[in-house]
Amino acid sequence: MSNMGSYEEKVKNFTWQIAERELGYQPGQVINIGYYCSDRICEMGKGDKLALIWESFSGEIKKYTFEQMRVLTNTIAHYLKKLEIQPGERVCLFMDKIPELYFGFLGILKMGAIAQPLFSAFGGESLFTRLEDAGTRAIMTQKKHLGKVRQIIDNLPQLKYVLVVDDDGSKPLREREIAFGMEKESPVEKFDIYPATAETPSVLHYTSGTTGKPKGAQHVHYSLISQYITAKYVLDLREDDIYWCTADPGWVTGTSYGIIGPWSNGITQCVLDAGFTAERWYKFIQDHKITVWYSAPTAIRALMKEGEAPIKKYDLSSLRHLCSVGEPLNAEAVHWSKNVYGLTFHDTYWQTETGCIMISNYPGMKIKPGSMGKPFPGITATVVDLKTHQPINTPGVVGLIAIRPGWPSMFRTYWNNERTYQNKFVNGWYICGDRASIDEEGYFWFVGRDDDVINTGGHLVGPFEVESALLEHEAVAESAVVGKPDPINMEVVKAFIALKPNYEPNDMTKLDIMNFIRKRLSPLAMPQEIEFVETLPKTRSGKIMRRLLRAKEWGEEVGDTSTLENE
Amino acid sequence: MSDLKEVIRQYVIDEYLEADSDQEITYDTKLISGGIVDSFSMVSLKVFLETKYKIQIPDAKATPEAFDSVNNIAKLLKEFGIE
Repeated sequence: MSNMGSYEEKVKNFTWQIAERELGYQPGQVINIGYYCSDRICEMGKGDKLALIWESFSGEIKKYTFEQMRVLTNTIAHYLKKLEIQPGERVCLFMDKIPELYFGFLGILKMGAIAQPLFSAFGGESLFTRLEDAGTRAIMTQKKHLGKVRQIIDNLPQLKYVLVVDDDGSKPLREREIAFGMEKESPVEKFDIYPATAETPSVLHYTSGTTGKPKGAQHVHYSLISQYITAKYVLDLREDDIYWCTADPGWVTGTSYGIIGPWSNGITQCVLDAGFTAERWYKFIQDHKITVWYSAPTAIRALMKEGEAPIKKYDLSSLRHLCSVGEPLNAEAVHWSKNVYGLTFHDTYWQTETGCIMISNYPGMKIKPGSMGKPFPGITATVVDLKTHQPINTPGVVGLIAIRPGWPSMFRTYWNNERTYQNKFVNGWYICGDRASIDEEGYFWFVGRDDDVINTGGHLVGPFEVESALLEHEAVAESAVVGKPDPINMEVVKAFIALKPNYEPNDMTKLDIMNFIRKRLSPLAMPQEIEFVETLPKTRSGKIMRRLLRAKEWGEEVGDTSTLENE
Repeated sequence: MSDLKEVIRQYVIDEYLEADSDQEITYDTKLISGGIVDSFSMVSLKVFLETKYKIQIPDAKATPEAFDSVNNIAKLLKEFGIE
């Protein structure tokens, strides 16, 4: 029997108070995620239980109990407080998946600041945009990423401290840079945890939109309620599980279900700080006897590409439950996992803004391969008409996925951008920006994004951000960026580029532009394909008609072209 | 062959390491599983090899394992007659 039991029964009887009761929380009381993920687990008598098993790319392994984690997160919180970081100020985590990232996250929350995790592969410009918008006060980073911080720090006067977590003294640090080794500091056994209440801001995760700069989705400590109970019911985490979430905490999955969900449940989790290869991943599952595995369709399809040969080399019999997130999981991948692992990947759907799983397939519930599943108990979800935003009651008709606001982990605003936040709500629904239909049995079926945002490997890339960066390349006159179908990543970034005179449309120019974007923004934003064009399709008012280019890539009808400049 | 490996090694150092990085790259250093070149950036490395050596590497052969070290890449290029 799974933790959830019967889905239908749970839908009838569920309230968020179930999670509040299990966590011993009552409305109005203090609720600090940092406490719930470490101190509370120790108070429950599980201090000696392993919280984290970490393995580096070179095979080095480090293990930490909940008690060790409690003290290390205290130590980080104490140090930040000593620097006079104030509650509510933003502290960025810009690191690979090393223990300092995970413990830094909880340490920041324990002292009342807002954790701002950013993907360590971001280039200087992506980093700058997000630090500037958030008015970030301090950043925790590694030696290897210090160069990117140094490129931009002169234009970030509000950034007071750069904490280098692995400084070895081999190179001199500069002004504002501090060597901080969490295990070199005197351990702080007792720390007065910040008395956060339900609506105290906790985490700021940046996400991309069609236009404008990336937006910071701000979450609060009360999000714990949803993250705890969804981790328990959807991921089905149990006392003796060894759990592996492959997501990087630079993205929301890596914090909601790579930190808060499992640790508030007192679960041992593993982290592999290494790039993807099928054999390395399978060996990791075998070596650590992983039981619950939460990954992404991109990774699953990459594993499919490698075939069954590597699977046969490893003992994967410890696995008992598999889940997936980031983009729709195609039916073929669901069938494949059943065939090769003897287990079905359970697709889950949610967003940076929702903070926790909204629609999912559950252990024990019939899976329709390719379907998103059904709304989590306590979540009211529907699809609404594209124009009227009224709920669609006819099965199979495509509309926009909409959620009734009020679940605990719903974002509370976009940082510095309340107007855009308010625009996400229409007729009393939060509009997710994705299209889907619902069948006769209440299963949701994903259709696609309702805007130009590109979902590549489960990460959102805003075309405007890439186009703006492309214009900074000396050879680019103008560009349009769209998503192109991809068998592994669902979509990849494709750029249509018109060059300035005297620049040759050859492979070297392509490579130079690709590397320019990779370093400036991130590898995710780098165009995987570049097509040189003489001109771009524009409206008579001069606006680039991105949708025509996208339709061409997807083999779709181009629709109304009456406003096209050269029609 | 050693010239070829050196060209690839130097390209990895120039393009995928931070300017002031002190990380050493040998012919055996794990590039993909070691997190130096991620799966997205692997595409730019593939385009570099295709442009430099005037070949087309089919997607089926461009696996993380095949790109996981300078030695592995050199072995892959050998299949295209590049040594």
